[in-house]
Formats: sequence, structure tokens, C-alpha cells
Amino acid sequence: MAGLILGYGMVRGVETMSAKQTIVTGTSEAPPSVSEWRRFQRVFFSRGVVVFGLVVLLILAFTAIFAAWLAPYDPYRPGVADSLLQPSNANPLGTDLLGRDVLSRLIYGSRTALMVGFITVGIASIIGVMLGLLAGYSSRIVNMIIMRCMDAIMCFPMLLLALLIAAVLGGGIHNVIIALSVAIIPIYARVMHGLTLSIRENDYILAQRAMGAGNLRTMIRHVLPNAMPPLIVLMTMQLGNLILAEAILSFIGIGIEPPGAAWGAMVNDGYRFLLRSPVLSFAPGLAIMLVVFAFNMVGDGLRDALDPRLRGLI
Amino acid sequence: MITYIIRRLLHALLVLFMVTLIVFFVMRLLPGDPLIIYVAQTAELEAMPPEMLDELRKEFGLDKPIMVQYVNWVLGILRGDFGTSIFYREKVGKLLLERFPVTIHLGLLALILGAIFGILAGLLAAIRRGKWMDKVVTPLTYVGLTIPAFWLGILLIYAFGLKLHWLPISGYTSPLDDFWLSTRQIVMPVLCLAVFGLAANARQMRSSMLEIIQQDYIRTARSKGLREWTVIIRHAMKNSLIPVITLIGMGVGIIFGGSIVIETVFAIPGVGRLFVSSIFGQDYVVVQAITLVIAVIVLFANLIVDISYGWFDPRIRYG
Repeated sequence: MAGLILGYGMVRGVETMSAKQTIVTGTSEAPPSVSEWRRFQRVFFSRGVVVFGLVVLLILAFTAIFAAWLAPYDPYRPGVADSLLQPSNANPLGTDLLGRDVLSRLIYGSRTALMVGFITVGIASIIGVMLGLLAGYSSRIVNMIIMRCMDAIMCFPMLLLALLIAAVLGGGIHNVIIALSVAIIPIYARVMHGLTLSIRENDYILAQRAMGAGNLRTMIRHVLPNAMPPLIVLMTMQLGNLILAEAILSFIGIGIEPPGAAWGAMVNDGYRFLLRSPVLSFAPGLAIMLVVFAFNMVGDGLRDALDPRLRGLI
Repeated sequence: MITYIIRRLLHALLVLFMVTLIVFFVMRLLPGDPLIIYVAQTAELEAMPPEMLDELRKEFGLDKPIMVQYVNWVLGILRGDFGTSIFYREKVGKLLLERFPVTIHLGLLALILGAIFGILAGLLAAIRRGKWMDKVVTPLTYVGLTIPAFWLGILLIYAFGLKLHWLPISGYTSPLDDFWLSTRQIVMPVLCLAVFGLAANARQMRSSMLEIIQQDYIRTARSKGLREWTVIIRHAMKNSLIPVITLIGMGVGIIFGGSIVIETVFAIPGVGRLFVSSIFGQDYVVVQAITLVIAVIVLFANLIVDISYGWFDPRIRYG
């Protein structure tokens, strides 16, 4: 949800900045040289929390990729041990009601989380960015229709909309991905629209026009690349929030179908045995929080390293 | 300023129209024929002759063209008629009147607490930058922004409900019936709802305050010999509040979203829990009504933010 706020705040910021005729992105500097990359590295790695976030994400990616080798037991097979065992050497995080190993399910849950996060951000950013570009480069009427539609979708709280769409489409992880994508497309459309309007004011765009470049070529070759830094930052931060949203949906009971492993559903499963076996709820919740935190921190670091002027906007 | 307000109002009306379109047509895509669901819950489906089904279809207006159905639906809502719940066998309007006050009671408290404490914490962190206050507040805002609200709820239930037995772990009582019990029951849910907004407000307040405090006019105010306290409150705080107001306005939508899950965790009979149970029960009339009402509330919150924004910052009015 932070991404919602941050994305929105950013659009506001860009709007006010363009009103002041300040250029947000795209300076007239020479193309990035080696020193530019060095500067990026120096700024990015200068904060401890950012490095911590990066390490968490690397561990997460490693866990998700090698889940089959890392998990001590089959996460889906019930009865590998007794029901609701306390943590021990054999089952480091204990077992759930069906006697499944919680650590193994936690490891496999990272796959669900990352898959939903990345695919959703991919779909939503492509569609949203195209809509934003189109709105920024088309007639008043088309612009108004696109942007008012986006405003209308943003009137629905993200969770409410995602629940509604997931209900319309039915259960299953791919429907959760579609639901979350629809819910966040307006954020990308708005940010891209704001960026397009401000980038268009630059002299180098004018120079392109003077040389006879068409709108489409200008959009793809010049506006889009210059909008990339803020978009990358936004996407990184939203990955965390989407993982959080997926967790909330699966906590409520929409999304992953049994016996699939999702952290939100695991928190809910353990909720019933809170007194007897608190680790069942505590462990997956902690995993969610750690991952969301890591994505936010890496997003913060990327923002400072890519374009410090975005500070306070994203 | 008047033209600005009129422009925002027209804009909001247009968005409102689109919101009704979205709500209506998304609901028509819901799985299952609403009539069959209705019949299946009221009577024996097999025992019903097809003529009676047609009659019912006519009675609910489901035989008319879809645009006519849309217009009838909107006209009905304008008269305050949201339809009849299939599950509760009650007028949806009445159901909403029972449930919304609960959610608004919790949500408004969360919004206000989040605003007051968020602004205060951000302000203190900014003027004591680098001191212990900042070092406590800033990491806490990161925790607040990333902790899953439903999980925080479970942690609180475990600690204060099950282990320490200080607070009841679920339920809701109207403060008019039993104020003390009601307050004890809402402490944890309100905290869960407030924590995200509080952290977001604190973070925004801190960063905009730090930016403002370096401005020339603050130096001027100081060199005029104003007391530091006056400079902070009268000059710096007023301007750094502008972006925070946007956040607070957006918090309305986020709190409604959060109430869906928090009311489920704490078993609170509010509108969020009704929404979840109606989705699972395919009670589409209720889902439709709740979605619409919440979207309209969020729309109005945004409108108020936009107008106050124009009032605070004249550049936006003429932008």
C-alpha cells in the first residue's frame, strides 16, 4: 500500500514541479560514463539498511530458485510428522495441523510471493506506462477519457478492488495476479502521464521534432528512456507492496488453492492455534515483513542513486 | 478560488459517473445468474416452474436491456434504495446503516490518531534531527510502513489478549451502550488501522519539514528575532503540512481497505467483514452497494483534499 501513497504523492509532486517549470528528469548531460556507474555504486551502497535489504532480497531469490533443494521435506505432503509439533531439530519451525513441515512451506511460499510480485508489476507497468504515454501524447478528449478512468479506478481502495475482481474471476493464483494488476495500473498511468508532460517540455524533445521525428518515435526513443529512473524506483517499491497485498488476499482466503503454500494463508492457518503453537503465525508474518522492508529499502537506495532529485517525491 | 472549486466538482462528477459504470458492470460479470442464486436460497429450484422464474426475472427488472437496468439501478440509489440482500433478507440500505457506523467509528479514530501522532512524531524528528528522538522515530516509521496490519493484529492478540489478558481479543460494543468495554475492545483494531497512516504521515512530515527549514524565509523569520517555537509552528509547520494533508486524505481509502482484513481478524461486525462474507456468499447486491458507497466516500475525501490543496497553495489553483 505504501506504493499507492508514494506513487500518488509523486504524481502530485511532478504536477506541482511542472507547474513551476522545473524539469524533473532528463538533463542535458553527456551519456552515462564509467564514473556515472561508480557514482551509482557509491551512493547505493553507502547506507547500511539498503545493503541489508539487498542481502535479504538475494537470499529470498536464492531460496525461491533452489526451494526444491533447500526444503527439508515435501511442503505439500501431509503427515511427514505429527500434527502441530513444537519446533525441534527435525522440524526447525514445527509442523502445522496436517503435519506438514512449516519451514518447507515457508521456503516454497517465497516462490508464490515473488511470482505474484514480479508478474503483477510486469503486467501493470507495461499497460500503465503505455496508457500514460498515450494520454500525454493524444488529444484532449482521449487524454480526458484515459485519465478520468484511472481516477475512477483509484477511488476503489486497492484491496477492495482486488477482492472484487478475484471474486469475479474465481480463485487461483493467476486470477490474483490479474486482480492486483488492474488495481495498480492507474498508479503507473498517472506517474507516466505526469512524467510525459514534464519531459515533453525539454529542449531535446523540441530538437527531435525539428529534425522531423514523429510522435511515436519520440515517445519510444526519448520520453520512455528518460522516464525510466523514477519508474524503476516505483516498481521496486511496489514489489514489496504487492507481496503484502497478495499476503492479505491469501490471509482472507482468496488466491492460492490448497495445498499450495502462501505466507498469508499460513498466518491464517496458524491463527487458530495461536496459544498452542504461536510460531505457525509468527514465522510467515515475519517473512512478509522482512521482504516488504527489503524491497522498500532497495527502492529507497535506487532512488537516491539514480536520481536524488526524486527524494520526497517517491 | 470559486472557478477552481467548480472545476474540481465537475471533475468529481465525471469520475463519479465512471465509478457507477465500473461498479455496475463488474458486478454483472460475477459468476452465476443472480436470479438463480436468489431462488436457490429462498426456495426449491427444481420445484419452480420456468414461468415463475420469468415472472421473478420481470419483478427484479432483469429482463430489460442492460442500459435500462443501469439507469434503474442509479435511480434506485438516488432514492436510497440499494436493493434487498439475498442472504440477510433485509434491505441493503438498512444493513449498511447498521454496519457503516462501526467501521467509521474505528476508521475515523484511526485516521485522527494517525494524523495527530504522525505529524507530531515527524515534527519532533525533524527539529531534533540526528538526536535520539530522530533515531527512535525514523526506524519506527519504517517498521510501521512495512508491518502487515493483520499480522500486527495477531501479535497484539497474542501478547495483550491471550498472554497478559489485558484486552478482549474480539468483538465490538457500541460506545453508547458500554463506553469502557467499547474502548477496551477497539484499542487493538484502531492501533492496527492507524499504524500505516501514522508512519506515512511521520515520514512525510519529517522530510518536508527538513526541506522547509532550510528555506530563506525561515532564516528571515529567525533573524527578525522571532522565538524558535514561533518560527517552527507559525512558519515552518504550516507549509510542511501541505503534502501531509494529501496523505491524510488518501488514508481514507487505505483505512477502508484495511478494515476489510482487520475486522476479519478481530471479528468486528463492520462493513469490511460484511464485504468479505458477502463476497464468499455471492450476495452481489450487498457487495455492489458497499463498493459503491466506499468509492464515493473516497472520491469525496479526494475532492476535499484537492480543494484544501488549492486553498493552501495558490499555484495549484491556476495550474
